[in-house]
Amino acid sequence: MKNLVLFFVAVLISSVVFAQKTGKLPSVKIKDLQGNTVDTGTLSNDGKPIIVCFWATWCSPCKRELNTYQELYEDWQDETGVKIVAVSIDDQRSVSRVNPYINSVEWDYEILLDANSDFKRALGVNNVPHTFLLDGDLNIVWQHNNYAPGDEDELYHELIKFGK
Amino acid sequence: MAQDNPGFINGNVQVLWQQYNEDTLIGAQVPAEKTGLNAFGNLLYTKGNFSAGIRYETYLPPVLGYPGRFKGTGIGYRFARYRHQNLDVTIGNFYDQFGSGLIYRTYEDRNLGLDNAMDGMRVIWTPIDGVTLKGLYGKQRLDFDSRLINGDGTIRAFDGEVFLNDAFPALQEKKTKITIGGSFVSKFQAGETIEKEGIEFTLPNNVGASGGRINVIHGGFTLFGEYVQKINDPNADNGFIYKDGQGIFAQAGYSQRGFGVNLIAKTVDNMSFRSDRDLLLFDVPINFIPTVTKQHTYNLAATLYPYATVINGESSYSAEVFYKFKKDTPLGGKYGTNIAINYAAANSLDTTRLSGTDGLVDGYKRNSWLFGDQIYVRDFNVEVKKKINKKLKLSYTYFNFVFNTAATPVTTDFKGLVYADIHVAEMTYKIKPKHSVRAEAQTLFTNQDKGDWATVLIEYNWSPHWFFSVLDQYNYGNPDPDKQVHYLYGTMGYINGSNRISVGYGKRREGIFCVGGVCRAVPASNGLEITVTSSF
Repeated sequence: MKNLVLFFVAVLISSVVFAQKTGKLPSVKIKDLQGNTVDTGTLSNDGKPIIVCFWATWCSPCKRELNTYQELYEDWQDETGVKIVAVSIDDQRSVSRVNPYINSVEWDYEILLDANSDFKRALGVNNVPHTFLLDGDLNIVWQHNNYAPGDEDELYHELIKFGK
Repeated sequence: MAQDNPGFINGNVQVLWQQYNEDTLIGAQVPAEKTGLNAFGNLLYTKGNFSAGIRYETYLPPVLGYPGRFKGTGIGYRFARYRHQNLDVTIGNFYDQFGSGLIYRTYEDRNLGLDNAMDGMRVIWTPIDGVTLKGLYGKQRLDFDSRLINGDGTIRAFDGEVFLNDAFPALQEKKTKITIGGSFVSKFQAGETIEKEGIEFTLPNNVGASGGRINVIHGGFTLFGEYVQKINDPNADNGFIYKDGQGIFAQAGYSQRGFGVNLIAKTVDNMSFRSDRDLLLFDVPINFIPTVTKQHTYNLAATLYPYATVINGESSYSAEVFYKFKKDTPLGGKYGTNIAINYAAANSLDTTRLSGTDGLVDGYKRNSWLFGDQIYVRDFNVEVKKKINKKLKLSYTYFNFVFNTAATPVTTDFKGLVYADIHVAEMTYKIKPKHSVRAEAQTLFTNQDKGDWATVLIEYNWSPHWFFSVLDQYNYGNPDPDKQVHYLYGTMGYINGSNRISVGYGKRREGIFCVGGVCRAVPASNGLEITVTSSF
């Protein structure tokens, strides 16, 4: 029991200490909607920021979050050149619904399919929605779990620091 | 890409603690310890091409609904991985999936207590662009007793996949994208003999399965097909018969801006495939057979009659249409209106039982890939979503279920077909900046089983840190007046960045959670729950 307590204290301290440090986006090979294999370590936006959002077709708060960003996307791109990459963790049960769904809601994001949660695991994501803000070198500068209407203001506040 | 740096550490932590009260009215279970604690922490270290990680887990004791045999504190997962040019080698634990998973899928769903991780070695080789070859070997995770405990059998598997457009430069610019793949999986488990009606049968030491798949994408069109087969695999799921197993998964879809359609057909015959022929349910499955019905999230649609693939055999299909009525059209209104219609159906296989020795050896023969005579499920649902103005969004969903409780045993109260109609109305309203409320009103009407239900959920969000919610699930239509129970549950939580803590209290109905063809029952409970999740 003592070992357990020490372990969790160590991990929680790490989570505070390392939360201040920047990690880099890990390199994991997943697919895009065309069947191409994409190495997440080589995602690029010409040195401009990237937002990575984990979502699933069965996750309502995820869809609310990404629908909200769609309304703001054009303005955010004008101000910062940001690119949003929406990573779906739908597995075989629902992965074929991803393409028809995003077309029906008319999202303009780059979509990646993480069907066996390899990328989600490498980033230490617990559950969706989970959003990361990356600088031009793929360093993680901010991350957030959950979505409630109004949370986009906090993301915007961090994003605008990368003004064009 | 990471270059010369000292490497970095990241990971995540989850803690779930539950306290249980007596509540005979709902049949709440109370373990001797009166509390349950599930927790784990992942630490992942990455430096250049090298990465390594461990997961430290604890069950003191496991929460209700989790495998009761898990106990203690220790390392449940550990690996080291190195990538060099075209080679990617992992030793220790790993997860992987071949194609659709119908022949091989190792994965985790920590909320359900599902984890069939491999423990062994994997090599991924990409000799040229577009060609990926995987070889893997090892045992699967079965249990946890202060450390990882693996199941009996050993798996050796190989998968090759070719993305033709990358492998053949002449095809690079073509609009049609084609991927083909082939898999072979072999399981070794020392076989004894079994006796059936006085005849002795030798159990095979090796069971092999193979499969092929193709994926074609052309503009808005997608087509996917996978066929797998498994040779004689007498096991506890199929009653120790020697019949071969087969599975087909096919998908066709089309989508363009504002519109999408998707069709799926899936038939599986004797495709329960495990590392240990004697085990059942969530234990050491090698493959994953996705359920044909749409994953529902509303309380009454998801928790009372959730369908799960009948792994010994079923024939199923589903069809779905998504459409957006454009802005400024009569049905679209000011912002547009989204509609999604989905229909799924599954029946038993079309089979004929065999008699005599043939019956003992093979059990049955399959007549065709089409529907047999037993209905397993019919699930029709329509969802309409509309934004009314800057503050208000509404949605309405209707479900019609025909659910065979003998095929998917979600309840012992009723054996047979349940016919249910469900209506759900949902509203999201932004009271003022940062403050929003979401409400759901649901009703389920049925003449079978436990009768009618109603659920009300109200959720209040104060961005970016706080949330509160109250849910009441009420079985007002139960034929037994003593069982017309209110399951009332309240939650509040705090979120800061990637850290989240939530506290819940109240009554929870027994639930059935189904994944990849198997269900786990979570008993009813009454008490307090605290969850903490953190990513770093």
